[in-house]
Amino acid sequence: MNKQKQTKDVMTAMAFLLPNFLGFLIFTAGPVIFSLIISFTNWNLQKTVPFQFTGFENFITLLHDNDFWLYFMNTIYFLIGMPIAIGGSLVLAILMSQKLKGIVVYRTLFYLPSFTSGVALMILWKALYNPDFGPINMVINETSRVFGGSGHIAPQWLLSTHNLFGLEVERVAMTVRQWGLGARDAIIFMGIWTAIGGNNMLLYLAALTNVPPELTEAAEMDGAGKWATFRNVTWPQLAPTTFFIVVMSFIGGLQGGFEQARVMTQGGPANTTTTLAYHIYTKAFEEFQIGYSSAISWILFSIIFVITVINWKLGSKDLNY
Amino acid sequence: MMEITNKQISAKARHKKIWKTVISYTFLTLIALGMLIPFLWMVLASFKPLEEVSQLNPFPSVWHPENYLAVFKKVPFARYYFNSVFVAAWVTFMQCLTSAMAAFAFARLKWKGRDVVFRLYLATMMVPGVVTMIPNYAVMVKLHLLDSYLGLIVPASFSAFGVFLLRQFMMSIPDSLDEAAAIDGATPFQIFWDVVMPLARAGLITLAIFTFMGTYGSFFWPLVLIKSEALRTLPIGMLFFDSNYGKQTNLIMAASVMNIIPLVILFISSQKFLVKGIQMGAVKG
Repeated sequence: MNKQKQTKDVMTAMAFLLPNFLGFLIFTAGPVIFSLIISFTNWNLQKTVPFQFTGFENFITLLHDNDFWLYFMNTIYFLIGMPIAIGGSLVLAILMSQKLKGIVVYRTLFYLPSFTSGVALMILWKALYNPDFGPINMVINETSRVFGGSGHIAPQWLLSTHNLFGLEVERVAMTVRQWGLGARDAIIFMGIWTAIGGNNMLLYLAALTNVPPELTEAAEMDGAGKWATFRNVTWPQLAPTTFFIVVMSFIGGLQGGFEQARVMTQGGPANTTTTLAYHIYTKAFEEFQIGYSSAISWILFSIIFVITVINWKLGSKDLNY
Repeated sequence: MMEITNKQISAKARHKKIWKTVISYTFLTLIALGMLIPFLWMVLASFKPLEEVSQLNPFPSVWHPENYLAVFKKVPFARYYFNSVFVAAWVTFMQCLTSAMAAFAFARLKWKGRDVVFRLYLATMMVPGVVTMIPNYAVMVKLHLLDSYLGLIVPASFSAFGVFLLRQFMMSIPDSLDEAAAIDGATPFQIFWDVVMPLARAGLITLAIFTFMGTYGSFFWPLVLIKSEALRTLPIGMLFFDSNYGKQTNLIMAASVMNIIPLVILFISSQKFLVKGIQMGAVKG
């Protein structure tokens, strides 16, 4: 009887689950396994070589490929926008959590870039960043002329390999020659502009309204200043939200950069905006090296997995207080 | 004596509060302008003659609304619109339906193995899209679905995220409702359709907006799947329009404006649901 009921429950559940579960198997779970298998093959859609299992060859080639490490570094470089975007979202959320009039209008404006983000806005930013005709450089150069400058000080943005840290392109070194603002920084700035008023701000806003007002009032009664109250009372209350946002931002950030590269830079100049995701795309869909690109995608997955686990370990320790 | 000090304190506090409000508004307004200016530049540039796009003055000397018509003459922009909306509408419908059914199984039914299967769903949300893209492409080749509407719609119709989001909403509905309905002799399907679905309406609307917006702007999959011009969605159409007519910035901006207008309308009309949905889906996760 009990057994029968159990079977019946599973059958009922399966009837509801099945449409989604079939799709899940065919388009998510199955492909994950399939992808792992083909990463150990030399499968090439152009059939220049006979198909065979090659063991770890793809992975070994990959780790000895200097380009791979450059793309890896680019992917990491793009993460520097993350703390700025998250911190910015928090500041905006704090300002908006005061009961001010007209806050919905501000919220709408802040959220607009992230809601409309995509190819159209990237094309817009490409025009904004144009070194010769773009409005950003025209304003910079005009301003410099007003102050008696040469009027040619503006960065080359998407055309330049310069970067905030002066990193060399081909090797791990810093030089004054490379110091400045270039393609990577331009893409990071666009990313901050897009994300700062988006979902993360809304999450912080919700979390802030959930902080019990008694807690902050009690702290202020005890004579704690604004900063101390925030640091010791509000910030710990926000920890679960911050944790969620950080984990999701890492996962998203590490597999990002594809659209920006495809639409704005073709991965250049000198491959400085090629991230791992864009590299996988070119290997798979432009060079048709399916096996090799699957191997890269698994390296990327492993990196994401390790970082998520680290986040989890650090984060859950943080959440205890 | 007490009263006087209290009054002094409150006057000081009020003064401080006014200053705080002024500073907050100033800061918020500056950021809002920073968000808005790129959009304004885009709209103004789309009405300029080409030679004025590179001028510092953001306003066109003469307004050229015919730039918008020129876009339709250069590329089948109406077709792109139709393709994007058609595909997004189908994906939204399919995703809401399959996700709601699965979420019902996870949130409202008790069965052996439920938590294991749900954890499997959650785990795949961490897998990068590029991992599954390559085999999915191979599947599409095998099924002869390259360059077709079905190829755009079917793989996008199932989402772990949708299941996750709706499960959150459905779990907040009191169990007693299902039990009462079951005692009245309702079948599980009736409970799903007549009891849970109406109460999960806010969640469904949120998911619908997210899915529509995500599919409308989706780039990677249509880019690799679609070869013929007639099947291009807006983002792909925009990409090729930009690479073929990239020097005509005014027309490119007109196309960009037309691309985002449906999103702006969708956003403004659905803001209330969206904000709540995002906060509910993630905070309680």
